[in-house]
Amino acid sequence: MAAEKVQYKYNPDNLTRSVPGKLNPAALRSEEMIVNLGPQHPSTHGVLRLEVLMEGEIVKEVVPHIGYLHRCFEKHAENLPYNQVIPFVDRLDYVASMNNEHAYAMGVERMLGIENQLPKRVEYIRVLVSELNRIASHFIAVGTYGMDIGAFTPFFWLMRDREHILRLLEWASGARLLYNYIWIGGLFYDIPVGFEDRCREFVNYIHPKLEELQTVLLDNKIFIQRTANVGVLPLELAINCGVTGPMLRGSGLRYDLRRVDGYSVYPEIDFDVPIGKGAMGQLGDCWDRTHVRVLEIHESLKIITQCLDKLTMEHKRTRDFDPQAFLPKKIRPKAQDLYVRAEIPKGELGFFFRSDGKTDIPFRCKCRSCSFVNLSVLPELAKGILLADLIAIIGSIDVVMGEVDR
Amino acid sequence: MRTFDEMFEVIRSACGNGSPTVDENTTPKGVKVPPGDILAVMRALLFDESMFFDSLSCVTGIDNGPGDGTMEVAYNLYSIPYNHHLMIKVTLSRDNPVIESVSHLWRTADWFEREIFDMFGIIFLNHPDLRRILMPADWDGHPLRKDYKQQEYYRDIKVAY
Repeated sequence: MAAEKVQYKYNPDNLTRSVPGKLNPAALRSEEMIVNLGPQHPSTHGVLRLEVLMEGEIVKEVVPHIGYLHRCFEKHAENLPYNQVIPFVDRLDYVASMNNEHAYAMGVERMLGIENQLPKRVEYIRVLVSELNRIASHFIAVGTYGMDIGAFTPFFWLMRDREHILRLLEWASGARLLYNYIWIGGLFYDIPVGFEDRCREFVNYIHPKLEELQTVLLDNKIFIQRTANVGVLPLELAINCGVTGPMLRGSGLRYDLRRVDGYSVYPEIDFDVPIGKGAMGQLGDCWDRTHVRVLEIHESLKIITQCLDKLTMEHKRTRDFDPQAFLPKKIRPKAQDLYVRAEIPKGELGFFFRSDGKTDIPFRCKCRSCSFVNLSVLPELAKGILLADLIAIIGSIDVVMGEVDR
Repeated sequence: MRTFDEMFEVIRSACGNGSPTVDENTTPKGVKVPPGDILAVMRALLFDESMFFDSLSCVTGIDNGPGDGTMEVAYNLYSIPYNHHLMIKVTLSRDNPVIESVSHLWRTADWFEREIFDMFGIIFLNHPDLRRILMPADWDGHPLRKDYKQQEYYRDIKVAY
């Protein structure tokens, strides 16, 4: 069968018709210019296009253009049964798939009313893998952020350490990044024999590496000069713009949904919620946000250690434990609207479900993605700054375009 | 702290064009508000010091399909100091879906409303910058409407695969 000929007529207007710029080049004053960053640019962390109005080297206005990675998640979800949406949920924030799955599965379980009936071992395994994945996601965030502003070494170190986590998760689920491991009402598999020991080895291995990271990146004088007092996000603006996650905590509010909502087994676990303190400059600058991420890695390690203790003592592996025992035979929630939210590494991931009570397919499934909302604060932060600082601010927001565009 | 009934009282006193109703089938608890009063209700919820819904978590559009002839907008509000949560819902007619924008109360509504305009074609009055956000500007139709049919060709490229 001959391949169908692609009939694409080149037209110079095509780009301006599909994504017209908001700024008007004809109205520029003589000292102003428009600089176009992206969509294909390494420092935009994916396919993000920024239209920047500049006066000399000072940024006057930034207009983000998104949607280059739009994959119709919500439309797909309206055409698939609840359990078959999970692989799509993985692909939202593709560096923290376990956390996405956890949020989604929790929402559907809440609709079915089985949220509190799951075995404790299932919940602890969920928290364990979610926190491992949170560390992997923060490694990417901190590593690529260092690379954005010129520190190359920490990126390699963190990629090396992230590989250990990915191998652990691959061992548990069979996939490196997109796991489909947390199912509605249970898990795909129990964790493999010996997993707990390898996790402990990893925790012992990573502590000295984090000290190295602190020395080489966060306490580095060049890094501090590039990030302190840059992109200061005041707390009121952060809340009004709906910013969540390490960005909000970097601005000084101790607000973590794992504590506030206390979902899953987080109330039984002891951990702190780190916040930014303005140690190197003003409160809520880029350095604070990065520092909060690094501190959260330490807290996640605490959570992992406690989960491992529970999984080897109270809720240890038994011969007849079946992680799929509580999977509902038929996922058909009664007619209702439900909004569920959970803390993923970038902030608050929410799902809005409407079930009509007649089918196994969600009538409406909206994903409230944190990167989307966090990115919308960029035009506010990027007023009157230098272009080089704009790159530093984009990196500190930690956007994953797969989640922005869905 | 306020109970749900007290919050409902505040919403009722803010409504001028009709009366709100409690929606039993939602988590968190929901109130259906007449579309003309949405701005007054939101202002009351945000500025009342005993409720202070400072965080607009999510704004969603819902299309009930051509059979029903309605569309809905659902607002999920959270109050950080008091840990209140509330869902406000508005029902619009499908032929002429128009509602006031709340983006000057919460700036986070700006992009949410653009997305709803893009996906459902709901018009938000007094929105500062109502453009499509995820789809290309010259795309036909609003993809999340239940009767949406995708265009056959976009720029001479076949859309169906």
